[in-house]
Amino acid sequence: MSDIKKFMYVNRRAPYGTVYAWESLEVVLIGAAFDQQVSLAFLDDGVYQITKGQDTTQLGIKNFSPTFSALGDYGITNIFVEKESLEKRGLTVADLIPLKYEDENDNYAEKDSIKLVSASDLVKVLEEQDVLLNF
Amino acid sequence: MPIEVNGKTLETDEEGYLSNLTEWEPAVAGIMAKLDNCELTDSHWEVINFLREYYEEYQIAPAVRVLTKAIGKKLGPDKGNSKYLYELFPYGPGKQACKYAGLPKPTGCV
Repeated sequence: MSDIKKFMYVNRRAPYGTVYAWESLEVVLIGAAFDQQVSLAFLDDGVYQITKGQDTTQLGIKNFSPTFSALGDYGITNIFVEKESLEKRGLTVADLIPLKYEDENDNYAEKDSIKLVSASDLVKVLEEQDVLLNF
Repeated sequence: MPIEVNGKTLETDEEGYLSNLTEWEPAVAGIMAKLDNCELTDSHWEVINFLREYYEEYQIAPAVRVLTKAIGKKLGPDKGNSKYLYELFPYGPGKQACKYAGLPKPTGCV
């Protein structure tokens, strides 16, 4: 199929206050079946979605953060995180869940999916996309 | 339609998936299989147990494509292919095996 489009899911909201984060992740997983080129971006409070050590027991909501680790299995290997958003919240990449994928073209070597980018570089990545979905 | 398991009544949705995932016990799989006229073998259990572990780790029921690949990695290529999995679960390895495993219907399955 030659009709492969670049899809980017932009996640800007904290994980549990609204349904956006979980809805986005579900759409990503469903969409992954359609052989498009999918990437994700996390910025603003969206960076909290992929932080380590989430505990939702007091909220009575399912902690879906482990699901992000399955993205590699779904062939989603480009996850952009905006550097400025992390810095503003006192976070570093070390605070994020280490999202990895196995590179089929490199003897299944485990590689990092997360790419830390500056706001200005993220703009360039966004400009390259065919479809932007904001959550 | 609710199902009877070891004297307890467990709620299921209109497609037969458990309403409350925490109510699952191994007997559930056997009773659901009987309703489908299926007999569970060790090969079925390999897949059911794999799905439960996958759900435990990632909190989702994997898509069929992902399941097939992951089974191949864990149990070998002779099992990680659609032919083998569809022979075990003729109603679709995603839907049927997830149901027996007490998982929700795989995300993206219609």
